[in-house]
Amino acid sequence: MLKRRIIPCLDIDQGRVVKGVNFKGIREVGDHIELAKRYENEGADELVFLDISATVERRKTRTQLVNRVAKELSIPFTVGGGIATVNEAKEVIDNGADKVGVNSAAVRNPLLVTQIAERLGAQCVVLSLDIAETNSGYRLAVKGGRELTNIDALEFIANAESLGAGELLLTSIGKDGTRSGFDIKLLREAGVRTKLPIIASGGAGVIEHFTEVYQQTKVTAALAASIFHNQEISINQLKESCKRQDIPVRSL
Amino acid sequence: MIAIIDYGVGNLASVRNMIKKAGGKAKISSDPEVLASAEKLILPGVGAFGVGMANLRERGLDTLIKERAAAGVKILGICLGAQLLTDYSEENDCEGLGLIPAKTIRFDVADQGLKVPHMGWNNIQVSQSDHPLLQNIQANPRYYFVHSYYMKCDDQADELCSCDYGHSFSAGIAKGHVAGMQFHPEKSHVVGLKVMGNFLSW
Repeated sequence: MLKRRIIPCLDIDQGRVVKGVNFKGIREVGDHIELAKRYENEGADELVFLDISATVERRKTRTQLVNRVAKELSIPFTVGGGIATVNEAKEVIDNGADKVGVNSAAVRNPLLVTQIAERLGAQCVVLSLDIAETNSGYRLAVKGGRELTNIDALEFIANAESLGAGELLLTSIGKDGTRSGFDIKLLREAGVRTKLPIIASGGAGVIEHFTEVYQQTKVTAALAASIFHNQEISINQLKESCKRQDIPVRSL
Repeated sequence: MIAIIDYGVGNLASVRNMIKKAGGKAKISSDPEVLASAEKLILPGVGAFGVGMANLRERGLDTLIKERAAAGVKILGICLGAQLLTDYSEENDCEGLGLIPAKTIRFDVADQGLKVPHMGWNNIQVSQSDHPLLQNIQANPRYYFVHSYYMKCDDQADELCSCDYGHSFSAGIAKGHVAGMQFHPEKSHVVGLKVMGNFLSW
């Protein structure tokens, strides 16, 4: 039986792990390799690294990051953050990442997804979308959730597979950092529009939020950052709770 | 020395890192001389079957792999690399290396509500527990898979282990000293490390 995945996310700024609340008020939490190893040993199924540094040195620091992580980890990991060209995506994969996350650049230019998939395979393209609920429905946001677009999020999701995406990482901006649970409504709406695996993101606060999202939606994975970084819940505990409710998860 | 065949597809660094963790030494190369002198070969890879075969042919590596197989060199294919060892794939309607009598077939599981690719951690059932590559593997271990096509052996006796996704399929196959694993041992944490260690001592 295919397991539901639990994915800690590490936001990295110039080599340090940080975590924002509602994408603002960024707070530093520690060394990324140390944290990544801890998650691997606790039973994390995959890891996501989001490079949020916006320096001219970004490409170089990202390559160094990927290299180091690849040497230390033996579970799959995704690297995203500011990837705007096929060459940048290739650099990330060549240095040892399994998947590359594309966000703002792919929203502006969806063909980027197609080009990366043609070059590196759809299995490594994680289309990462920041979604806000507005009076006129769900809209995509770019630039780390700071800039709202007029693009209909659900339509974009419906087209994602034909563009070449292999997986969707859907972050609810309204839920992110609130610790009030995943955006069940959004994830359900998304789930009926695509056959792609969906990673739920934004809003995890307690263990029950994970069991709820697995039971009430078809997402194959759930992602969280601060509740893991602050050691409020351990991945092990989380998996035990899932097992008690017959949600298939991987044990070590 | 183990050589990891570089033919322009996929994530080779992880395979090398896992070999290192298992206590071995591996070199990533596309140089026919280096590959021909290796004690063992790993054919990794992700992506489309047709591209993989074309890339091997362009570099003359299809012939080299067949020659080394005939010379008795142990070969391990991983994911697409494993599928390339079979006779044929429905993906791109393409002939493979033909080193293991098997075919590569598209998952047709949408009517069961299952997503393709089969992506994530899934259990395997060991069919040949005495095979050197599967020594000391715990019961029903979980491995990391990412694939849209699966391998089916002509002769069930060539199946090392199986997995279930909509139906049972071969997760590992072998003929003589040529073996292929559909899952990624290099991404499967401690149980993956075990398989890599077994390959080193095979």
